[in-house]
Amino acid sequence: MSGFLLPVMTLWQREIVRFVRQRSRLGSALSTPLVFWLLLGGGFSASFRPPGTPAGTGYLEYLYPGMIILVILFTAIFSTISVIEDRKAGFLQGVLVAPVSRASIVLGQALGGATLALLQGVLFLLLAPLAGVHLTVTAVVAGIVVMMLVSFALTSVGLMIAWRMHSIQGFHAIMNLILMPIWFLSGAFFPPTGVPSVLGWLMRLNPLTYGMAALRNSLYIGNPAAAGALPAMAPSLVITAAFAAGTFAFAASTARRNLE
Amino acid sequence: MNPVPAVAVTNLSRLYGTRTALAGVTFVVNRGELFALLGPNGGGKTTLFKILSTLLPATSGEAHIFGQSLVHNPQAVRARLGVVFQHPSLDGKLTVGENLYHHGHLYGLRGQTLRERSAAMLERLGLADRSHDLVETLSGGLQRRVELAKGLLHKPDLLLLDEPSTGLDPGARRDFNDYLQYLREQEGVTIVLTTHILDEAERCDRVGILHQGKLVALDTPDALKACVGGDVVAIRAQNLPEFRDKLVKRFGCEPALVDGALRIERPRGHEFVREVVEAFPGEIQSVTFGRPTLEDVFIHQTGHRFWDEAVNGERSA
Repeated sequence: MSGFLLPVMTLWQREIVRFVRQRSRLGSALSTPLVFWLLLGGGFSASFRPPGTPAGTGYLEYLYPGMIILVILFTAIFSTISVIEDRKAGFLQGVLVAPVSRASIVLGQALGGATLALLQGVLFLLLAPLAGVHLTVTAVVAGIVVMMLVSFALTSVGLMIAWRMHSIQGFHAIMNLILMPIWFLSGAFFPPTGVPSVLGWLMRLNPLTYGMAALRNSLYIGNPAAAGALPAMAPSLVITAAFAAGTFAFAASTARRNLE
Repeated sequence: MNPVPAVAVTNLSRLYGTRTALAGVTFVVNRGELFALLGPNGGGKTTLFKILSTLLPATSGEAHIFGQSLVHNPQAVRARLGVVFQHPSLDGKLTVGENLYHHGHLYGLRGQTLRERSAAMLERLGLADRSHDLVETLSGGLQRRVELAKGLLHKPDLLLLDEPSTGLDPGARRDFNDYLQYLREQEGVTIVLTTHILDEAERCDRVGILHQGKLVALDTPDALKACVGGDVVAIRAQNLPEFRDKLVKRFGCEPALVDGALRIERPRGHEFVREVVEAFPGEIQSVTFGRPTLEDVFIHQTGHRFWDEAVNGERSA
């Protein structure tokens, strides 16, 4: 077993050390969502009241859990880009010729990326008072568990893409056509209530919708009414865990097939 | 029973789409050999290197390393392989020591064993005082040394090097070559390197010349040079085609037009030079005469000048 775990641990550790050395990455992953949140949340608060949420829920508050997911998504995207670069002329070439299974390489990368995403999501959690969300200890713990699952899932989605791409040129199209829409249609930006039926279906089919719902449910754990009309906690958690496991398995098999 | 050879490659081919990068290459590298794959850029060396280092599957053919199939048993092959990449596979954001630390873990080394081995390699390669430096702050030459330390950390039986002396200054190149000799002689490591530098191939036990995906020659540097007919004479004259006809008529030789000169392989070349100069006074601009080099072997085998190949190869491919 140590033949599997040692490479996983070492690649995981490497991601963390790299991140600590490049502190500017922390700012760049947090600043965009923060600006989006404050400008969109502030701007729409006068004209837009999210349907399906109790009276008094402003848009700034509605958007807040969505921004936590966006922080996680951005970190996952960054991991993806670094894997693509690493494979061409960097550390990963050496990892690929080492006697370690492809699954352990991908697991190390996924845990590394997910840890960074989680860390930044937790930092965003500190802004809860600004959003008007009152967090209990239980809410924080539940929120962290959900964030862990979502981080792992989104990092695995990124790795799934990274292992089949040979350059970062094509990556922006993937980001705009797949990753951002997944976020837009997760209930982060607007709730499914009252949207055109095609969008409603897309939102129901989008696995991230359930990660989003699980996070909202967690943050309002003592006060479910405030979370609005959402898929329930238990199925959301199950679907999110399945999403994480499925995308990881897919990323690992992609890595096995893409030898180059 | 003969020991299993370090590398045995049979009829190995690789296509990229419809382009043939490697066309049915067959050779054996014996244990303890220092073996060069020589060829111009685009000749197929890098493709062969990638296949041997298990990064790229072959389209057809077979390759075995210490008797293990690259296709069926890649993990067993990888454990015995040390790979030194042309673009170092180092993490610039990590220190030299950290790069070795992670690399050791990937090969199952850990704890005290890893620390000792790592320190010994850094000491051996003159990097001991660099252990805490970030790799991105090192010069290209030092990075190559770290890459070599990394490739040797787990005591591989076969060391694969892709263009090892690229980016090294002459002094560093000499040290590097000395160290390869040491590894082979003292530690019995088999070494296979790719190179487009003729001098570097000259120092190897055997040289395989790759040209347009084919192995056009394979032997010791001396034997390869011996198959070029004696000495090599290159003549430049005013009107080359006309001069060529005269040469053929007078001496019955077969001059090849290479790089603006008529190139003739001839035993007892010094006598030939005198005869030519006396036979055509005033028409000759220059004559060069020399023992054959590996470049002459390359021209002899392919009819091309070595350095032109990158350009011509692109066109014909």
